[in-house]
Amino acid sequence: MSANPLNRSRTLVHLPLVLLALAFLFPLIWLVLTSLQPREQVGKIPPEWLPRRHFIEENGHEIFVTPPEAVGSDKVLVLVEEGIDRGNRVLIPAAAFSDGRAALQRQEADQLVEERVRAKLVQSVPKNYVFVKEWHLSKYDKRPARGLYVTPESVKVRVEPVAGNYGESIRSLTAGEDDKALGLGELVARTSFPWTERSSPGHTITFITYLSNTMLVALLSVIGTTLSSAWVAYGLSRVVWKGREALFGMTLATMMIPFPVLMVPLYSVFRALGWVGTLMPLWVPSFFGSAFSIFLLRQFFLTLPKELSEAARIDGCSEFQIFWRVILPLAKPALSVVALFQFLFVYNDFLGPLIFLTEPDTFTMALGLQQYQSQEGGSEWHLLMAASCMLSAPVIALFFFTQRTFIQGISTTGMKG
Amino acid sequence: MSTQNDLKNGLIFSSPWLIGSVVFLGYPLAAALYYSFTDYSVLLPPVFVGVENYIELFQDELAYKSLYNTVVFAFGSVVLSLFTSLVLALLLNNQIRGITLYRTVFFLPSLMPMVASSILWMWMYSGEGGIINTALAAVGIDGPAWLADPQWAKSAIIIMAAWGAGHAMVIFLAGLQDVPTSLYEAAIIDGAGFWQRLFHVTLPTISPVIFFNLLMGFIGGFQVFTQAFVMTGGSGAPEQSTLFYVLQLYNVGFNDLRMGYACAMAWVLFIIIFCLTMVVMRLSKRFVSYDR
Repeated sequence: MSANPLNRSRTLVHLPLVLLALAFLFPLIWLVLTSLQPREQVGKIPPEWLPRRHFIEENGHEIFVTPPEAVGSDKVLVLVEEGIDRGNRVLIPAAAFSDGRAALQRQEADQLVEERVRAKLVQSVPKNYVFVKEWHLSKYDKRPARGLYVTPESVKVRVEPVAGNYGESIRSLTAGEDDKALGLGELVARTSFPWTERSSPGHTITFITYLSNTMLVALLSVIGTTLSSAWVAYGLSRVVWKGREALFGMTLATMMIPFPVLMVPLYSVFRALGWVGTLMPLWVPSFFGSAFSIFLLRQFFLTLPKELSEAARIDGCSEFQIFWRVILPLAKPALSVVALFQFLFVYNDFLGPLIFLTEPDTFTMALGLQQYQSQEGGSEWHLLMAASCMLSAPVIALFFFTQRTFIQGISTTGMKG
Repeated sequence: MSTQNDLKNGLIFSSPWLIGSVVFLGYPLAAALYYSFTDYSVLLPPVFVGVENYIELFQDELAYKSLYNTVVFAFGSVVLSLFTSLVLALLLNNQIRGITLYRTVFFLPSLMPMVASSILWMWMYSGEGGIINTALAAVGIDGPAWLADPQWAKSAIIIMAAWGAGHAMVIFLAGLQDVPTSLYEAAIIDGAGFWQRLFHVTLPTISPVIFFNLLMGFIGGFQVFTQAFVMTGGSGAPEQSTLFYVLQLYNVGFNDLRMGYACAMAWVLFIIIFCLTMVVMRLSKRFVSYDR
């Protein structure tokens, strides 16, 4: 007899599961696909799934071009040899060009002026031709993009991701407008880090700055929380003393205080300390323990047999030695859960950085991305998606490496509640 | 002598937390209460004004609006997310092949940093040419303008919250796996069908976990901030339909620099969450069976 709670037919369960899995994956797939599309494809109505690129062949080389635009009617491309437009290539109706002279129309004040100037035929453009422009990855690329009139058949389309969007989004997230034109390599070389002296010349705030800020805060607060919470949890579980239960009760109660309630006074405390605008408000408090981590670790320490401590005590170990040599090594699974959760919390935190980080050179990745998004306001979606991918990638990678710890950790928090 | 030594050790080990909880929790909580009775801009010392902030707060239409939005969001997201995560967990609790793969797929979205997922959903919700409305159009539904429509903006954020139901699902799954198989065996012998087993065995047994997720959902729901801040640039647009309580608190405190007023809002939030927790705990005592 099956002990399965809902089992009627196991294969039948896969149908809703597959549908739901597709629904959950759909946004992630769209995220990645958009991040790989060329900018001309993003925002098309109706949307297109796969990144597609247009290209033409010229002298045996492929060059990427923008999506073709129809010319419409018979035209000629001429090189103007006199007048204001001298030296320019102009596309005019075929009828406007005869005997080496082109009739150019120009808006002058509020009337249309027509003049016939000497011009040389460059190319005749039949009405079935299309116009394409040379495609550059970066909008900061200063090279001129040539316009070309070609037959529709010569413009080919291929499904090909634009991986360069990722580099381009790093460039876009650079704080200084002038620095965005720099090459990627130079940007990285000139990146300011948390330990770079503020406003030192030749440095610039880039995505890498935000990344290193986030990683520094995460690292420090993971170390801080894990060590201090284990230390406190030890006192709350392996040492018998008056007031222990009261303190533990208080610890549980503090978990109910929402951060938004504390943020104004915390801001004024950190302001008085001169920490606003530095990374310190985000990691220093973690060295004093966190209620949630203390709770998790205490529950774990309680499961370790008392005899361990007693034996160590008989061997002459001090309380500190028992903590460090006996208990901590046994608590690795619980410690890794605490470290993992703290990392996630700090990495994903937004409200804390928003309040305490006032200087762009201290922004974390989440804050830097939000600031960029609010400036761009609903354009450049391919770059926003690429940056969002880069922001999410570390946590997702972390999940794949520590899946078991993750699932176990989350499961225990629910069960102990 | 030994107990005195233990007391000393206990205090030594607890000292970081004793200091930390006073400096980073106790003091700010008390200070917030004090500031709530003052006019305070951070730049100047607080000036005592009595209950003025609270009187103003109870007449503040924006505050009511933000509270209303928050309550709608909290209830909506708790109901939808709890239902989604429970259904996912029940489906996965079938000893089926590929459970790890499914679990990963459902769990991944809940890991995404909120800023990244907010930007992603903004892009998906975008009115013309948005992928969601295109998908809806494909099945003949004329989708709303979502984040640009005051009627739909909150729903849009609630749906996005349900996408992160994977976290609660993992907790449910752990609870389901703890249900003793003997209970099911007994139920089957008694002739209980699928739905009877679900409502009379499964759900009552995992009721502590349901209440845990419910409570966490409410507490989190009342603090909703990042999504709305990212999606509306902090304004709570359109027509203040996504102006949530903490967003308004942030705006009042850190944009208008009316920190005293913000603290009054903060304390009201604290009391609301406190009462809500008490209510849920009460309910859980009545409905939850803790005996296994």
